[in-house]
Amino acid sequence: MPKTENEKGFVDIINGRYKPEGVFHIPEANQPIFNKDTGKLAGITNPRDMTYIHSYGGEAPFFEGLGKGKLMASRCDNEKCDTKGSIYQPLRIYCPDCLRKNTIIDMTNLAKTTAKIHSYIITHRSGAFNSLPIPIKFINVEFEGVVTILMSVLAVGEPEIDKKVVPIFNTKAPTYTITDLRFVVEGTSESELPEGFTF
Amino acid sequence: MIKFSDKQLKIPKLMRPVYLATVGMSKFDRAFPETRTEELCIQAFTAAADFVNMTPSELKQYIHTCYYGHFADHFGDQLLGESVIHDRLGLDPLGNIGVKTGGATGGSTMWEAVKAVASGYSDCTLALGWERMDEVPTDEGNHLISAAADKDWETPLGHIYTGYYAVMAQRYWKIFGKEEDSFRDTMAEIAVKNRGYARMNPHAHGPMKITTEDVKNSPIVAYPLRVLDCCLMSVGSACGIVCDEKTAYEITDNPLRIYIGAGSHTLRVADRRNMTIPLLPNETPDTYKDLGKRFPGSERYPGFTGFLAARMAAYYTYGMAGINDPIEDLDVIELHDAFTISDIQSYEDVGLRPYGEGRDYIESGDAYLINPQTKKPGKLPSNLSGGLIGCMHAVGATGLMQIAEIGYHVWNRWDEIHEPQEKWDAFGRKKPNDWASLQVQDAKRGLAISHAGVGSQVIATILMDPKNLLKED
Ligand SMILES: [Zn+2]
Repeated sequence: MPKTENEKGFVDIINGRYKPEGVFHIPEANQPIFNKDTGKLAGITNPRDMTYIHSYGGEAPFFEGLGKGKLMASRCDNEKCDTKGSIYQPLRIYCPDCLRKNTIIDMTNLAKTTAKIHSYIITHRSGAFNSLPIPIKFINVEFEGVVTILMSVLAVGEPEIDKKVVPIFNTKAPTYTITDLRFVVEGTSESELPEGFTF
Repeated sequence: MIKFSDKQLKIPKLMRPVYLATVGMSKFDRAFPETRTEELCIQAFTAAADFVNMTPSELKQYIHTCYYGHFADHFGDQLLGESVIHDRLGLDPLGNIGVKTGGATGGSTMWEAVKAVASGYSDCTLALGWERMDEVPTDEGNHLISAAADKDWETPLGHIYTGYYAVMAQRYWKIFGKEEDSFRDTMAEIAVKNRGYARMNPHAHGPMKITTEDVKNSPIVAYPLRVLDCCLMSVGSACGIVCDEKTAYEITDNPLRIYIGAGSHTLRVADRRNMTIPLLPNETPDTYKDLGKRFPGSERYPGFTGFLAARMAAYYTYGMAGINDPIEDLDVIELHDAFTISDIQSYEDVGLRPYGEGRDYIESGDAYLINPQTKKPGKLPSNLSGGLIGCMHAVGATGLMQIAEIGYHVWNRWDEIHEPQEKWDAFGRKKPNDWASLQVQDAKRGLAISHAGVGSQVIATILMDPKNLLKED
């Protein structure tokens, strides 16, 4: 049964510590498992209703940016690094080569003008807790001058290798997860976007 | 990293020779609703004792340290499951440790066990693995598996691991398979081959007598992959015991030499940067000079189409064992056929064929026990166990099952494990009327590849008859 509004668990940080409030788990009784053919006890169910509390740490600007219509990436600016200037999307907090902290950059415009599909897959399957509409059109997105290839989903249009796509953002009711970022094929109009999404 | 130093490319060295003394496997199945995990682990360990004509308590006398492979704790709601199994095997108070590297967990467990013997810390170690994925509802299981991807950047996208994996298959299918019907047929042949071999294996739970048409007509999971292109999800246990030379010959007259190496690559496929192809001994820079011309779109390496971790594991282990050309130097192989298409990708990573030409390993007939075209023995039969597609994929046990199956061939004892009617009866399985031996004749050397997910971890294990080594110690 879904929790009511005042049963939901929320977390704030106060004085540098997590402060959970509300209901985080509703205990449910175990149930025996019997073998219907033999009538014998075989086991037990163990219901669990858990909430994880998780820090985004240095990646937080990326997830906060999505709700503001921005695609944040990072770049190594260490003069002494072999791979200086590499732009990372997924945003990496540290350069994988020199381990110096990367510079956070806004690559929204780069994405709007150069994003294209590197690979894709369409699946009708999903796992528990999925919030995306089925079928899911997974796409991997290349950007000019970016050394990595971001995984995302295509919200409008049919995927094809090398097809140009543009990012859209869940700016109306952000969830602050990676699902706030999706892509649509070039030429899609604002009215075709999923609810809550804007260019 | 995208450039490697000489120190990083050093061929690994074992400080003394290590031998595989015995192996064992439980029955494998989709679910065991009335069996605890420890019962399956004890079944595998007892099989290993039987194999060297010992009682379990006699075999235990030799063991000094234990390595346990079990990947997905969160499926069982039991942390330190390794300690539970260790106690139930009655191996307290020996030192033990759990190993988890995704789908490569079984191989990694052996990697650790071998190094403990090579260093002299122990003279005999146990590598035992298991997995239990039947004790949650399927959709929750899908979520739990997807938690092995990046939980912030991938898992929220559908909570379905297949989605993160199959984009690699799609790219390979388009660039190297060129979407050809003939390539689709070759994929299907792998599914037919491996399920067919599984019919001769009483431990296997996915045997099927099917045709390529059946594969191509099976429901789509994620195009171009169909249900019959995909591996099983299994429960079960497998183990191996490794020793120094003296101890090995106390346990058995016929221990096998073991060489093992590991490679890795990014957890997220997204993070893979371009690099130069690291070469294996049977390749030269010329091998790939016109790759981009022959396969437009293949300019990125490893991109989405190569598994760098497998290439590095092969590089290290071939160097240790003195393998120059795997097709010529090896007699039998077990690959991680999670999907038919990833099986083809692996042929290239481990040098059975150059990048771009993996399909030829199947099409030439080399991959079969009996080459369907020439009716003569195949050059390097693969996945005679049935592989992950036909035998099992019980994650923590899979790599150890592969090592066990390669061992049975090199020991020339494959029949006694797979033929006895009593075993088929004990497992409640019907032995096919056309049961036939799959023993590779005169097998002296074999390779097993244990692989995790999108290729984050890969272990290569080579077993050799000690009288047929390729390299002096
Ligand atoms: Zn750097």
